[in-house]
Amino acid sequence: MKRKLSLFLFFLSVVLIIIGLNTGEFLVVLEKAVTVCLSCIGIG
Amino acid sequence: MKILQKRKWFQSLSALLFNLNIPLFFKGAVHKGQTKGICVPILNCYSCPAALGACPIGALQHSLANLRFNLSLGLYQLGLYVIGSLSLVGSLMGRLPCGWLCPFGLIQELLYKIPSPKFKIPGYVKYFRYAVLIIFVILMPLLLVDSLGLGQTWFCKLICPAGTLEAGIPLLAANPVLRSQAGLLFAWKFFILIAFLIWMILSLRPFCRAICPLGTILGFFNKVSLFQMHVDDEKCTQCGLCTQVCPVGLDPNITPNSSDCIRCLKCIDTCTYGAIDYSFLKKYPVTRPKKMSI
Repeated sequence: MKRKLSLFLFFLSVVLIIIGLNTGEFLVVLEKAVTVCLSCIGIG
Repeated sequence: MKILQKRKWFQSLSALLFNLNIPLFFKGAVHKGQTKGICVPILNCYSCPAALGACPIGALQHSLANLRFNLSLGLYQLGLYVIGSLSLVGSLMGRLPCGWLCPFGLIQELLYKIPSPKFKIPGYVKYFRYAVLIIFVILMPLLLVDSLGLGQTWFCKLICPAGTLEAGIPLLAANPVLRSQAGLLFAWKFFILIAFLIWMILSLRPFCRAICPLGTILGFFNKVSLFQMHVDDEKCTQCGLCTQVCPVGLDPNITPNSSDCIRCLKCIDTCTYGAIDYSFLKKYPVTRPKKMSI
């Protein structure tokens, strides 16, 4: 039962990633990550 | 098992591989390659000049902070890519990256080696992690928005000492423009960092146990991940050795898949009876929690 739940969560994660990729979320993360985050460094 | 004794090497190699663009430390800029769009399974600030990937906690907050604005524009970017990336790692291995890959975990373990009086962290401290996750990572970015509906990454802004150490200090040291903008907020974040660095010398992995939202999220998966810890009740003599070496103060023979377990696997290495083991994608008989005999 536990293993089935593990596998279900794994495949659900893959589905979520695919949906996210289709809505352009990879680019959102990329744009955020390639810009110096002023919050992270403590000046904004 | 020999591989378990090589954990520090895994952690060091991981710190290097996830932060491979080292020359950027001297240029005061961040890596801008396509790999930055991939969420890494560790707390590694994406504004660390050398970082090759995106911090999943920063990316999650950013997604939540932009949610209202995106919806107002009819954009259905709900953060599913980041949530999926987190649950993918969690469903595969739970908190295994905390013990084997996280550079901030490695820093904490190295600082703890400095000779000093040592203090145990009380068990209730773990509840702060849940509060930090709910308040600073989820609710504040989602609810505290400006007139356009845009929020901020509040955990990064007010707390994250990993960001100050890995990104703030190197960028401000190498970039005079950024340095000129440092003010009260940076002083606050620097104070938080110093406080944690001191605590790291006195206690083992205080950030993981009291604050880390990534560890908290991955911890939810410990009980249901494909990677599982097992205790053989017939072999376990309840000698307590595993409890003594556990860096997060657990009883591995009682709760081998606790959400607080960082899966460093020290308990497996220490158990002279071979009672604790791990498996991946393998069926094991269900282990029942039992009481320690004194």
